[in-house]
Formats: sequence, structure tokens, C-alpha cells
Amino acid sequence: MRKQIWTWGCAAAFAIAVVGCATAPSDVEVSRQAAAVLKSSFKANGQAGLDRLDQDETQRLCTQYANKPLPKDVAEMIEKLNLASIKWPADGKWTGDWKNGEKIAQEGRGKQYSDDPKGPVGGNCYACHQLTPQEVSFGTIGPSLYGFAKLRGFNDETRKYAYGKIWNADAYSACSNMPRFGHSQILSEQQVKDLVALLTAPDSPVNK
Amino acid sequence: MTVMTRRARVVAAAAIAIAGVAATAVFAQSSTVDEIAKYRAALQDGNPAELWEARGEELWKAPRGPKKVSFATCDLGLGAGVVKGAYAQLPKYFADADRVMDLETRLVYCMVTQQGYSEADATKGPFGGPGKKSDIEALVAYVTSQSRGVKMNVALGHPKEKEAFALGEKMFVFRGGTHDFSCATCHGEDGKRIRLQDLPNLMTVAGAQKAYTTWPAYRVSQGELRSFQWRLNDCFRQQRFPELVFASDASIALTMYLARNANGAAFDAPAIKR
Repeated sequence: MRKQIWTWGCAAAFAIAVVGCATAPSDVEVSRQAAAVLKSSFKANGQAGLDRLDQDETQRLCTQYANKPLPKDVAEMIEKLNLASIKWPADGKWTGDWKNGEKIAQEGRGKQYSDDPKGPVGGNCYACHQLTPQEVSFGTIGPSLYGFAKLRGFNDETRKYAYGKIWNADAYSACSNMPRFGHSQILSEQQVKDLVALLTAPDSPVNK
Repeated sequence: MTVMTRRARVVAAAAIAIAGVAATAVFAQSSTVDEIAKYRAALQDGNPAELWEARGEELWKAPRGPKKVSFATCDLGLGAGVVKGAYAQLPKYFADADRVMDLETRLVYCMVTQQGYSEADATKGPFGGPGKKSDIEALVAYVTSQSRGVKMNVALGHPKEKEAFALGEKMFVFRGGTHDFSCATCHGEDGKRIRLQDLPNLMTVAGAQKAYTTWPAYRVSQGELRSFQWRLNDCFRQQRFPELVFASDASIALTMYLARNANGAAFDAPAIKR
């Protein structure tokens, strides 16, 4: 089995460039085998089907480069690909209701196989970000967003950036830790707008 | 506590287990990192995991299954029936099965090949829940307790061990699901937390050592002892992946990656966690 991996890996690598195949299977080949073993190690449960293990181009490239610096051209390619796929609001309005946005930011349920498929789906923003000063239980995987528009300006440029970033974070920062909430159909357009309001409304506690 | 008999400790642990479940609601309200640490320290002297360890020891020694044999003939890697220090060397390659196995997978293997259980019966209750106890989790509690204080020493000698490690390393960064999460999303940087929960960086030796040597653990919030297979299973649920199959190749590969990275650290479980 192992010999087989090496052979495939070296054949694939050889097509691009002659690399050191004598010691280990290529990274691309280990990635491919890991994906195959994962596929055989999971079972569909409720709303979480095995198709969730099928990687799109962004997921595949981000996995491939996870343990090494992301080459500039690959990063640019990922960002371009994701930026082009953003569905901007048809009515040209970037924001909704910040109070709904706060509820969406607090809501951690949604998309887990243990969640009711008809139940609420949130952004769970507080899991990773500081937002309002009232909520002290926030995570630190992402940066603090307290004062988001106060720092960037209460204008359309800030609102459009917030909308695009929430819709598809990889469009601005390739292989971001942040889910692509609009792109991956986690949140609706209205929910994204409500979160934009939470970040950018002058009367939102985020900007107080 | 040190002068107490095992039975007395088990009784004390039972009282704490009940109190632990009742305390969960109150505990959630005052959920600061300091409070969690204090709570954990307060429970160190009477970990309800001892209930699972005691039950697991009985299960280990009792004749079981259609063939009515105990685990005395089960080789966890150090010889038939040897439990002391076995967990600190797992996962490892077993020639009889021609497969790399973690503890749970090896227990299932012994249940099937020696005790005569069907594969389905051996794997049907991997995790306990309200009203249903898991024999596997009890056995895991007992076997792991016999490695307490033993330094983690997971070998990568056999090609299949090397392969499992390489696959586990890659799976750790595999992005998928609706949210693009990989294990590394939450466990790939130092000093991060989710809400108020501290997250170990499992890609560093120090982080893997600290985390891996404290599983399995009695989870106060669940009133259950949880195995490492459970830990992986529940992480993937939260990653919005489908359900990780118990004792699957991916679960063993990931365990190999994390256990090997914990080498050199003294094993210190079953522990107690929020």
C-alpha cells in the first residue's frame, strides 16, 4: 500500500518537477489518500450528508497548503475565485436590523447533525469575535470587531466590505478561519444584512 | 482520600457525580476561566471517573460474550492480559489484525475474535448517555487508569504506523463541511479560546501533551466519562461534518497523530473536565 502511494506521488510530482521522492509520498498524494480515508470513516447523519466531505477548490487548496506558507499566486487565485462568486444584494441595500443581527451573532445552532434542520441557524459570531461590550463571553479566534464602523467610517464602503466579508471571507483573506456564511448557504441574504447592521449602524452597541 | 479504600472512594465519587450534575446549571452562569479552574481543582480529589474505572475492571476480569472468556487473553500490545502501561503505547500496529489500532478498536477486536461477539454487537454502545451505560467507556476508563504516571511512548516503527501518522497529520488540517472547518481552525494557534473556553494548540508538542494525557475524562457538564473516540466524534459534530464512525480508520489516524505528538509526557487520566 505504502509503496503504491509513493509510486503515484512520484508520478504526479514528476509531471511538474523532479523532487525528492525517495523518502516520502508527496503532499498532494497524502492529501488525496487522507480525503479518501475520511470519506470511508464517516456516515451520513440527519442533515449532515457525506457530500460535506467533498471539498470545493478553495477547501482543497487550503488543505494542501495548510502546513506551509500559502504561495502569493495561489492566495490571489483563491481570493479572485471567491470574490467573483459573491451575490451582492439585489436591492442595493447593505444593511438590515442590528437587533436581529445581535440575535444571529449569539445563535450557535445550525447545520450540526444534532440540530433540528427546521430550527434556527445562526452565525455564532461571539464564538470567535468580541462585538458588543455587553457580551463578555466571546472567543478570540478572530479579531475584536468592537467599534467596527466607528473605526472604519459610517459609509457605504464599510457596509459593502462587511457584507462581502460575511458572505465570503476567503474573497478578502484566502484560507480564512471564518466560514463563508452567504456562499455556503449558512445564512440568508437578510441575515447577512442584519449582521452588517450590527457592525455598521451608528446606534448599534458595537459602535458605542 | 489516600487512606480511603477503593470502595469508599467509589461511594464518595458517586456523591460527587450526582452533585456535579446538579451543579452544572449554576456552574454555567459563573463561567469564567478562573471559576472553571477552581472547580476542577476542588474535584481532583474525588473524580467520579473512578466509578467507570471500577466497573471497567469488573468487565475486564469477567467471562463475557458467547464464548464466555475474559480479556485475560486480550493483547493490548504488551502481552496477553497486560494492562499496566499499555495505553501509553497506543495506537500501534498489531500483526494479528494487520492494522494500526487504538485502544477502543483493540477492545472491539478482542470482543469479536476471542469473546465471540458480532462486530455489530461489539460496537453498538460506544458512548454512554442518559439511561444507557457504555461498557466500552468503562473498559477504557479502567485500562487508561493503569497507565497513569507512565510516559507516553507511541512508536512509528512499522510502515503502517508511519502511514497512520501522516494521514492523521493531514486530516487534522482537512477543511470541509458547510463551515470550512478543520481541526486546526480551533486547535492550530496558541492562546485562543472559543467563547470563554480555552483551546489547546494541538499542533505543538506542549499542546498535544497537555490535551492528550488528560483524556479520557469525566465531563461534569454531561455526568459521563468520555473516551478519546468520543472526543473526536463530538469535535466533528461541531465542525458540521457527518458522523465519525466509531473505531474508523480516520479516528485511529487522528489519534495516532495526537498521541505520538504527546510522547514524553506522563499520562494523567482519566481526568475531570468541565
